[in-house]
Amino acid sequence: MYAFDIARPTTLDEAKAAIAAGGQALSGGQTLIPTLKARLAMPETLVSLHGIADLKGVSTDSAGRICVKGATVHRAVAEAVADSFPALSYLASRIGDPAVRNRGTIGGSVANNDPSACYPAAVLGCGATICTDRREIAADDYFQGMFTTALEEDEIVTEVKFPVPQAAAYEKFIQPASRFPLVAVFVARFADGVRVAITGASESGVFRWSAAEDALSANFAPDALDGLSVDADGMIGDLHGSKDYRAHLCGVMAKRAVARAV
Amino acid sequence: MPKDSGIGASSKRREDIRFLTGTGKYTDDINIHGQLYVHFLRADVAHAKLNGVDTAEAAAMPGVVRIFTGADFEAVGSIPCGWQITDRHGQPMQEPRHPVLAHGKIRHVGEPVAAVVAETRAQARDAAEAIVLDYDELPAVVDMKAAVAEGATKVHDELTSNLCYDWGFVEENKAATDAAFAAAAHVTTLELVNNRLVANPMEPRVAVGEYDRADDMHTLHTTSQNPHVIRLLMGAFVLGIPEHKLRVVAPDVGGGFGTKIFHYQEEAFCTFAAKALNRPVKWTSTRSEAFMSDAHGRDHVSKIQLALDADNNFTAIRTETYANMGAYLSTFAPSVPTWLHGTLMAGNYKTPLVYVNVKAVFTNTVPVDAYRGAGRPEATYQLERVIDMAARELGVDPVALRRQNYITQFPYATPVAVEYDTGDYNATMDKLTEIADFAGFEARRKESEARGKLRGLGVNSYIEACGIAPSNLVGQLGARAGLYDAATVRVNATGSISVMVGAHSHGQGHETSFPQVISEMIGIPEDQIDIVHGDTSKIPFGMGTYGSRSLAVCGSAMVRAAEKVINKAKRIAAHLLEASEGDIELKDGTFSVAGTDKSVAWGDVTLAAYVPHNYPLTDIEPGLEETAFYDPANFTYPAGAYACEVELDPETGHVKIERFSAADDFGNVINPMIVSGQVHGGIAQGIGQALLENCAYDADGQLISASYMDYAMPRADDLPFYSVDHSCQTPCTHNPLGVKGCGEAGAIGSPPSVVNAVIDAIQSGGMNVAHIDMPLTPHRVWAAMHAARTDAA
Repeated sequence: MYAFDIARPTTLDEAKAAIAAGGQALSGGQTLIPTLKARLAMPETLVSLHGIADLKGVSTDSAGRICVKGATVHRAVAEAVADSFPALSYLASRIGDPAVRNRGTIGGSVANNDPSACYPAAVLGCGATICTDRREIAADDYFQGMFTTALEEDEIVTEVKFPVPQAAAYEKFIQPASRFPLVAVFVARFADGVRVAITGASESGVFRWSAAEDALSANFAPDALDGLSVDADGMIGDLHGSKDYRAHLCGVMAKRAVARAV
Repeated sequence: MPKDSGIGASSKRREDIRFLTGTGKYTDDINIHGQLYVHFLRADVAHAKLNGVDTAEAAAMPGVVRIFTGADFEAVGSIPCGWQITDRHGQPMQEPRHPVLAHGKIRHVGEPVAAVVAETRAQARDAAEAIVLDYDELPAVVDMKAAVAEGATKVHDELTSNLCYDWGFVEENKAATDAAFAAAAHVTTLELVNNRLVANPMEPRVAVGEYDRADDMHTLHTTSQNPHVIRLLMGAFVLGIPEHKLRVVAPDVGGGFGTKIFHYQEEAFCTFAAKALNRPVKWTSTRSEAFMSDAHGRDHVSKIQLALDADNNFTAIRTETYANMGAYLSTFAPSVPTWLHGTLMAGNYKTPLVYVNVKAVFTNTVPVDAYRGAGRPEATYQLERVIDMAARELGVDPVALRRQNYITQFPYATPVAVEYDTGDYNATMDKLTEIADFAGFEARRKESEARGKLRGLGVNSYIEACGIAPSNLVGQLGARAGLYDAATVRVNATGSISVMVGAHSHGQGHETSFPQVISEMIGIPEDQIDIVHGDTSKIPFGMGTYGSRSLAVCGSAMVRAAEKVINKAKRIAAHLLEASEGDIELKDGTFSVAGTDKSVAWGDVTLAAYVPHNYPLTDIEPGLEETAFYDPANFTYPAGAYACEVELDPETGHVKIERFSAADDFGNVINPMIVSGQVHGGIAQGIGQALLENCAYDADGQLISASYMDYAMPRADDLPFYSVDHSCQTPCTHNPLGVKGCGEAGAIGSPPSVVNAVIDAIQSGGMNVAHIDMPLTPHRVWAAMHAARTDAA
């Protein structure tokens, strides 16, 4: 780790000023801190979002959406939505280990957009809205590839608003070492159709499996997915699983998610 | 009734008070006034000609005291190898120089190339980034078979090839073994990989070098399993420091598993630099450094063949193994695939002919050396997998096939030069049958199948050889050290006892179990006895802890020293009781005269030894302290039978271990709870090897599993609750406690049963999969099943 200064703003405006001045936002740091320890980044100032009360908490808006403030840790989300959105609670309760869940935040996760992160599957799978310090971005526009998002350099994720599906489930198959998803699928059924988002599998990061969405919108049952497959081309192939294996797991995990959701 | 103290009692581990409350004193807790910090600049390429190291800019950076490079160590010895193997043709192995810092050539990723010593750790690291290496990259030698192919790039230019040795054992058996194969009714052939592992002790390595100019005294504080061995290797072979001027201290050590046996460059560096700079020098490994500098384990590629006659009797075993040495010979590396592997290839079976061939190979990878089990897991895995495969090919019950071929008469001289003194392999298999509930397996399998899962049961036997000895034999085999151990029993005036032992405890619980032995012998409470270990200035001598030797070898030395103490104390008691020495009995801490009510307490006798007012000074020296060195007559041979039951998800390839059972024969047991704990830990590491752990290099020699993001350690939820039993006890015949050693059994005995269980599960699903190489990750299992389904379709 190189030496750095740390700013601890208590309001969003202070944080924006510090980041505009060249600071690097820190929201949980579950990716950033290991990166700094490996000396792979050299920020002069870290701007911790941890002390900003307005960036914490979970509520329901007038449209019935579950609104999670950007600096809310995974454990808090898991507890807050246990009854109102069990699939999201389940996802949040199984990210990393207790230490990660008590530091890592939803804003940090979606801003980083690790191709194997859990949250992007729920955000994309629900068609959630990502709110920032300057605008609102639909999930379909937000995720733009591995570690790439629609965020501008100094933009802060302030809130994520999830429409609550009629039925939903998240199924994760873990990479044995990191325990990040090797492949994980979020399935969400809404009045106007089904959305299926897959994380861990693709070189392009989280993605929607549209063929599965069409089939499940017609018939929300595991066997609706029979005969459908994800193209292995474009999947991640590494020490832990080939492209073919990941493509295969997309189908298996999607079916299991549907089975649990119905 | 279980005992509450002494031999056989499950006394609570007294050392856990400090380990569990964060009050242990580890090497990194040692900070000495004025100490400097060293950061090693490590190679990030696997193989290169090193033209120069430009330190000019770095040397001028804040806090930098001095930067060392390979040139500073030209007059210093090579990091030594402690075992010389003689090959099939009577020639000594090829033994390259192993420099403290790379000089002229870089031979593996992680090799230290320069060392920056600075006032703070951060300053040292900052400066290291300013060092410029001038090198020409060379093709990396990674694959072992390619390494020994004609025209391969050489890891060491001064050697004739990358072949360290080509060892045959027993060479005289080769022709007869080949003939037995020619005459066999059935031959089973299996090619397999014993995957490379990283030991990953919880505490990374640390070294603190100190030098006292006033009395020319060097002190090295280090994370070692055997401080005397480090003193000998580093003092005599690397730095040229006589033993009386070199103290090596290994305080609390947070796990070793073999990788802290060896003498490493960082230890020599800190000791050397402390004198050169006249200030203490400290190095603390990061976890990333540990992955690329701690000696790795295993990494064998083997072909094993089993010959059977028409009645399914084993008639011969033949193996060919390529064993990876890495870039240099670590301390005991050459012995692992040979004397710790070939000698175990008979296993628990009365196979009359065995021939083992091992080709040890240099590659551009981290050196490979002993890791929990060291050679014996590799032998057991080959043998117990090929037997299982033979049973499947022949359509016979794998347990029955084993039982049919078990050795049942002891002592038994194997065709691979060792003599098993005692054992009862049917007894442990009987116990396993009971605790693993073989009878209930079919019902459990049906229940799994009803849920769309496959269930498999895998079984294996194992035998290992512990407490490697005797010294005169191992000397003939190439060991450059003796393999005895030593203990001093120091009785204090009021009767309490300090025992200075050569064994080092780093998780084994010696501080609890060794006093149980003394308590039993003398009859005083365990809390009157303390163990002192880990400091060459405090203990007489010691070869340390590895190879499950501590109790069998050092414990025996302790018993011999205690016997001397007791004999002397009886003479003193005889004087005090005015009786004949031969009539004195010691029981429950009291000396009495046989057949009378005359007695004197232990404490009164010990007091007399130190306050000799009424004492036969003309016949007996005052004081009560004795030392013994013990050199065993033979190895000990723990053995047992293990069973693993898995549930397999046929859609994903995920393997869940549902049950794991171990029936071990460790001979006599001092502390059953500690023994169970040792078995638990060993099984965890064995399951880790079988299902999860894989140290992987790419073709360029880059370590691609260099952190916990890619190297999968077993976690609690990967493991079941174990059923372990050590009630089958055939005591060792040649050591005073009748003990055999239990530290490695779990790691040796568990991988084959896990793999056998997975193969059983897959075949129960109608898929023709004969073998999968470890680790059996979901991807590998799925790929094997997928290929079998595709072939069948």
